[in-house]
Parts: sequence; structure tokens; C-alpha cells
Amino acid sequence: MKRVVITGAGTINALGATVPQTLEAMREGRCGISELEFRDVERLSIRIGGQVKNYDPETRFNRQQLALFDRFTQFTLIAAREAIAQAGLEFSGELAARAGVILGNSGGGMTTLDENYRSVYEDGKNRVHPFVVPKLMNNAAASHLSMEFNLKGPSFTVSTACASSNHAMAQAFQMVHGGITPVMVTGGSESMLCFGGVKAWEGLRVMSRDACRPFSANRNGMVQGEGAAIFVFEDYEHARKRGAEILAEVAGFAMTSDASDIVMPSKQGAARAMQGALKDARINRDEVGYINAHGTGTAANDKTESAAVADVFGAHADRLMISSTKSMHAHLIGGTGAVELLACIMALRDGIIAPTIGYQEPDPECALDVVPNVAREAKVDVALSNAFAFGGLNAVLALRRFT
Amino acid sequence: MSIKDRVIAIIAEQAVLEPSDVALDNTLEDLGIDSLGLVESIFAIEEEFDISVPFNANEPSESDFDISSVRTIIAGIERLVKEQS
Repeated sequence: MKRVVITGAGTINALGATVPQTLEAMREGRCGISELEFRDVERLSIRIGGQVKNYDPETRFNRQQLALFDRFTQFTLIAAREAIAQAGLEFSGELAARAGVILGNSGGGMTTLDENYRSVYEDGKNRVHPFVVPKLMNNAAASHLSMEFNLKGPSFTVSTACASSNHAMAQAFQMVHGGITPVMVTGGSESMLCFGGVKAWEGLRVMSRDACRPFSANRNGMVQGEGAAIFVFEDYEHARKRGAEILAEVAGFAMTSDASDIVMPSKQGAARAMQGALKDARINRDEVGYINAHGTGTAANDKTESAAVADVFGAHADRLMISSTKSMHAHLIGGTGAVELLACIMALRDGIIAPTIGYQEPDPECALDVVPNVAREAKVDVALSNAFAFGGLNAVLALRRFT
Repeated sequence: MSIKDRVIAIIAEQAVLEPSDVALDNTLEDLGIDSLGLVESIFAIEEEFDISVPFNANEPSESDFDISSVRTIIAGIERLVKEQS
């Protein structure tokens, strides 16, 4: 089996338009959540989100591209350009034939859907732009990424709600690990911050009106974000031979299904996923220094996740650090695991643990070291990234510091 | 502007050309407009004239609308505007 390393990373999200900007914001514990800005926002009761602001698509894409690219595709391509430039790879010949792209995404082109439904239902128009379908389909981002970089190997999109990116990256890991391809581009993106997108989430009554405060006793719900993060996963030997800079090693993963409830999380499902990832990566639980929590800031997730961590790690649960960066970039749903992987890379490579900001009151049901409010320096050898989706579909990745 | 000039303006925009560079005998292929560009042009024409163009991308030759050159497209639009007004 091949060792798999990360040789490129890119992102755009509420914290920054690049990886360095995002990591700086995480180090400083900055909050990217702000007042939402889009049409009809005054008809929503939830008006905050991790929205990408000061964004001008026309500086990134030409007119023809913009006619075809929904916001989630735009974010994907911006992140992919940064990741692939960092990796320093050109895809041609046999590498192009084997390398592919696997992305996580949940809502597809929600803004495109929203605008066109509004046009036909509310404005009574009987004609829509011909590109509505190719713009909104969930695989549009993966397809455009493959076209821009000439990736002709296995390529598809995974949709498992909040775990989409982790499922996608686990699948990409497996392909490189198994020797199917020396390189895969992977990650995820999401952009549901439009009237219809937020209105639907409002209905579930799990959203906070003021802040995302994971693990804090006074937490009152999740906050939705948008953006993308993209990574280059590469066979270690392939990376070594070309002298590529290695950001971290992907050591293993596990996926589980709760098989119990469409929205309520399960401690057993989460615990089995963390245990499985450790086993797959051949990691002793005492080696884990940091967990990037799913940590949505809902009452149910955070206490269930804390209990699962306590079950899996026993006495070591009190020694490891666990933080939820959703407190800063909000919940990117299908793109969230990808942005959160950046915090794991920062912990392993830079020895800086991103904090859980907005933490105000200890909750006895979440009695772990959640790195409250301020980033911390610590040497970490192994990090886990948790994602536990609606529908009970869980995916946990295990990363190692590359030495 | 005449129907002819309005159609040429739409085609020129799609082809990223000046209207003066679009000749009546040009085919869409000559102008570098592919199949997606064609459906986008038809959409723009429908919006411009508030008409419905009977065009099916699966069987362009069976459609009651001749897209073989800029000239035939203009003639088709002139007919549709007359019929549908």
C-alpha cells in the first residue's frame, strides 16, 4: 500500500480567500460570521452566516465562465488553483490519464435554483436561461475542475450532507493508497447562502440567531457558512521524487452509518468511526493530540460527540485537545470537512491549535479541553477530523505529522 | 434598430466579435459558436423579441427554424416576430 501525503491546499471561505489568510484568522481566533447580504434577507428570521464577503467573481472568471459557474463551482476553482499551484503539478500524459477529482457537496447550485425558481414562480417568467441544469448539478464543480486542470482519471461528487467532504477525501485517499492513481484532487465546496437555502434550514429550528458557540453551555445552534477547500493527495514516493513540499500525511479513515435517525446523532456511530480511523491508520489512541470536532454548536451534536470521544479515548480524552473551527468559519455543510482539514494541517505542521471561539460557559456534558477562545501552541503527531452528517453517515480522517 | 441588426448584435456578443465582423453568409461554426453558445443565443433572441423559437438541439435539421447561416437565422426571426406579434 502507498503512503499518502498532502502536497497542496487551497481555500476560500468566510475567514479568507487563501490558505495563509484562513490559517492566520484561525490563529487569531477571528470570527468570519457576519450579517447575511442577499435579496429578501429581511424575510428570514436567521440573518447571520459565514458568508464570503468582498468577493468579486469578475476578477476571477470571464463572462462565459460566469454564465456557467454557480457560486459553489467558482469557490471550488479558486481553491483548486491555489492547491494545484502549491503542489506544482502539471497534468499531462499518463499522470493526466490517471489523476482525477473527488469532491464533497450537498446543495449543488442552490443559488442558481433559488434565482430561477423565483423567476418562474414569483416573477411569472416562462423562460429560463439554458445553462440552469449544467450550473446547478452537484457534479458541476468537479467537472469544471477536471476541465481546467486536465484531470482524466476517476472523478465524481459525493453527497452525504455534513460529511460529504470527509467521505470524498477518504475515497480519494483510498485511490492513492491502493495505487490506482499517484495523485487525486479532493475536498469540497458549498454555497447555500441564499434566501431559499437559509429559509429551508430555518424550518428545522436548529439555527442560532447570534453566534456559533460549540461546546459552550449556552450554545444555541449552528450557523451556516459557504466556501471551498481543495487538496492534492499524492503518493509519497511520487511526491518525494519530484521534491514536493509535504504538508501532512493522510494516515487512514473510517466511515460508519448510525442506521438510526435522519437527524439525531448517535454516540455509537461517531465512536465507531473514530475507532475505525485509528485502526485503519494503525494509530494508538494515546498518540492523538488534536481532534477537529464536528462541533456544530447544536445541543445534540456537541454532547453526543463529547461522549463519543470520552468512550473512544478513555483517560486520554482529558489530555487531548478538541476544537470546533465552525465557531469561526461556520458550517459549510458539504464543504465543511475540507475547510476543517486546514486546521488539522496547521496543528500538525505548525504546532498551532485553532481555538473554539465564542466559548462562554463550561458544559459538564462537554467536559473536554476545547481550546477555548485562544489558539494554543502544542506539538501534535496525530490529528483526527470528525464529520457526522444528518442521516447518520459518519466519516473520520486520521492525519499524521510528516517527518 | 432593425430585427437584422438586433440579431447580429446578439450573435456578435456571443461570438465576442464586433457586429461589423459578422457576415450574413457566416455559419455559427465560422463564428466560433458551439452548441451551448447556440442555445444561449436562442435564449437571448427569445428574450429580446419576446418570442418562442421552435428549436430542438437534438434534431436541428428537423426544427422549423433554419440555423445554417446568420442570414437564415435573421429570416427565421423576422417570420416569427411577424407571426407571434
